Amino acid sequence: MTETNSELVRLSAAALAAKLAAREVTAVEVVQAHLDRIAAVDGKVNAFLHVNAEQALAVAAEVDAIRAAGGAEAEALHELAGVPVAVKDLIVTIGQPTTAGSKILEGWHSPYDATVVERLRAAKMPILGKTNLDEFAMGSSTEHSAYGPTRNPWDLDRIPGGSGGGSAAAVAAFEAPLALGTDTGGSIRQPGAVTGTVGVKPTYGGVSRYGAIAMASSLDQIGPVTRTVLDSALLHQVIGGHDPRDSTSLPDPLEDLVAAARTGNVEGMRIGIIKELHGEGYQAGVENRFNEALELLKGAGAEIVEVSCPNFKYALGAYYLIMPSEASSNLAKFDGVRFGLRVLPEEGPMTIERVMGATRAAGFGDEVKRRIILGTYALSAGYYDAYYGSAQKVRTLIQRDFDAAFEQADVLISPTAPTTAFKLGEKLDDPLAMYLNDVATIPANMAGVPGLSLPGGLADEDGLPVGVQLLAPARQDARLYRVGAVLESLLEEQWGGPLLAKAPSLTDASSAAGAALSHGGSH
Amino acid sequence: MAAINRDDVAHLARLAHIEMSAEELDRMAGELAVIVESVKSVSEAAGDDVPATSHPIPLTNVFREDVVGHTFTAEQSLSGAPDAYEGRFKVPAILDED
Repeated sequence: MTETNSELVRLSAAALAAKLAAREVTAVEVVQAHLDRIAAVDGKVNAFLHVNAEQALAVAAEVDAIRAAGGAEAEALHELAGVPVAVKDLIVTIGQPTTAGSKILEGWHSPYDATVVERLRAAKMPILGKTNLDEFAMGSSTEHSAYGPTRNPWDLDRIPGGSGGGSAAAVAAFEAPLALGTDTGGSIRQPGAVTGTVGVKPTYGGVSRYGAIAMASSLDQIGPVTRTVLDSALLHQVIGGHDPRDSTSLPDPLEDLVAAARTGNVEGMRIGIIKELHGEGYQAGVENRFNEALELLKGAGAEIVEVSCPNFKYALGAYYLIMPSEASSNLAKFDGVRFGLRVLPEEGPMTIERVMGATRAAGFGDEVKRRIILGTYALSAGYYDAYYGSAQKVRTLIQRDFDAAFEQADVLISPTAPTTAFKLGEKLDDPLAMYLNDVATIPANMAGVPGLSLPGGLADEDGLPVGVQLLAPARQDARLYRVGAVLESLLEEQWGGPLLAKAPSLTDASSAAGAALSHGGSH
Repeated sequence: MAAINRDDVAHLARLAHIEMSAEELDRMAGELAVIVESVKSVSEAAGDDVPATSHPIPLTNVFREDVVGHTFTAEQSLSGAPDAYEGRFKVPAILDED
């Protein structure tokens, strides 16, 4: 990799867009730099399940040709034209396989593009490839991928979060400036927190779900995964807005999120600490960085208030009833008939029912099976009211908690995850311990409100990234960008640059030790 | 609420069309019992007066114009099928002959 290439991959999407527009660099050079970086480090990180080199370079060449020709077509190019992006492999794409991280879809090609992918293509953003995830987005560590775990670029022995660990790690390892994720209970925000990157779960219905393979339809939402708050706003602006092909898509016009990120301001804003989402159960280093973030916001003119959301303690339990219930129904279509794997029973009568049983036994991993069984249980006669029905009532209580909290505060704030990245394998045999990672992110999905996670610094005890989460009322995504941009710039002022500048390079032999040497907190 | 046991898991696995070995049933029953125990408090959280929420931001009457939109060709629809025959999905016997 040339010096120029290694500098290019460290630029933000906004900076790349400016260089492309000024014709200081070509889109082909930008895409090639990222493909080179993927070739150099993805053997260690395993962020990508498929690399789409040829198509990405072709799109880049097209952008370069349009720019070189000038005229109306060049004028009409989208701001991000030529800036490459990676796509979580839960989102369907023509011309590349979509696996959902599952053996049951190995080698499957979608005959259509997701709406968000159509919008990336319309903006002429080259798609670098498809990123790894927990199977069908079920997990918090990417260890439930059928194609091996993704590793955290800060420490290759640790998890990158999940389910979207591939997208977060790709961005953190400078393999892509931008990526798409999906967030059902924290799958964009928690990987963002543990990899020192930015992730946004938009308001439910703010981004079309058409073409995202559904886990829990009433909770799933597609969103941006980036290294800066402004880049998230830029990508959100590309993918957001109404889509008639998703009946849950909000008809509201999209706010100017980019302007919100560019004109960040917290003066006079009331920022609410959620009493139930910090303190006990949160790692000391997480708590410390969180408290420092509050001080910075206060110094910038925000008023810090405390709010209580007493029903959040039921959120995790209710989530683990609603999500598996919807998942068990959504995953019924993987039956060896219309797409993907078909496994024939080894003996006995060859009926379709037995083929389904054998196919799903071989095609699904343990976590997917657990959730399907749990969902089938929660929806079964005799248990429906006690489980699914009760969980839906809890959902109402959580919404009421948010409504009350947003009477007292314009934006809420909490740590994104209770701990920093844990070791690969550490929680694999304890599903309940794994589920606890999402305790702070789940309430937003239950209520449909938007959330953003940004890096808050490194924990003193392990030198690993900590995430700070901002939550806003439904349809007020712009507030997240306004506050996030301020906090990001104040923190980077303290750090003397982006947090990821402290991450190991991954290209030299000493990179594994780099994380341990480069910590020391964010003071 | 009743605890979930091995027989329940076997029954649920049949309903969900997932074959499970004896070892898998044992393990799954143990894991699910822990999970079900941990979500129990949910049933006591809300009183009868609390309405259920099925969707975070409900929209009503979402319709489109009654015109033919994008459709897939039979070839596209069958492109990912494990088996197809003369433009249709091909499956093994629907009914057990025994």
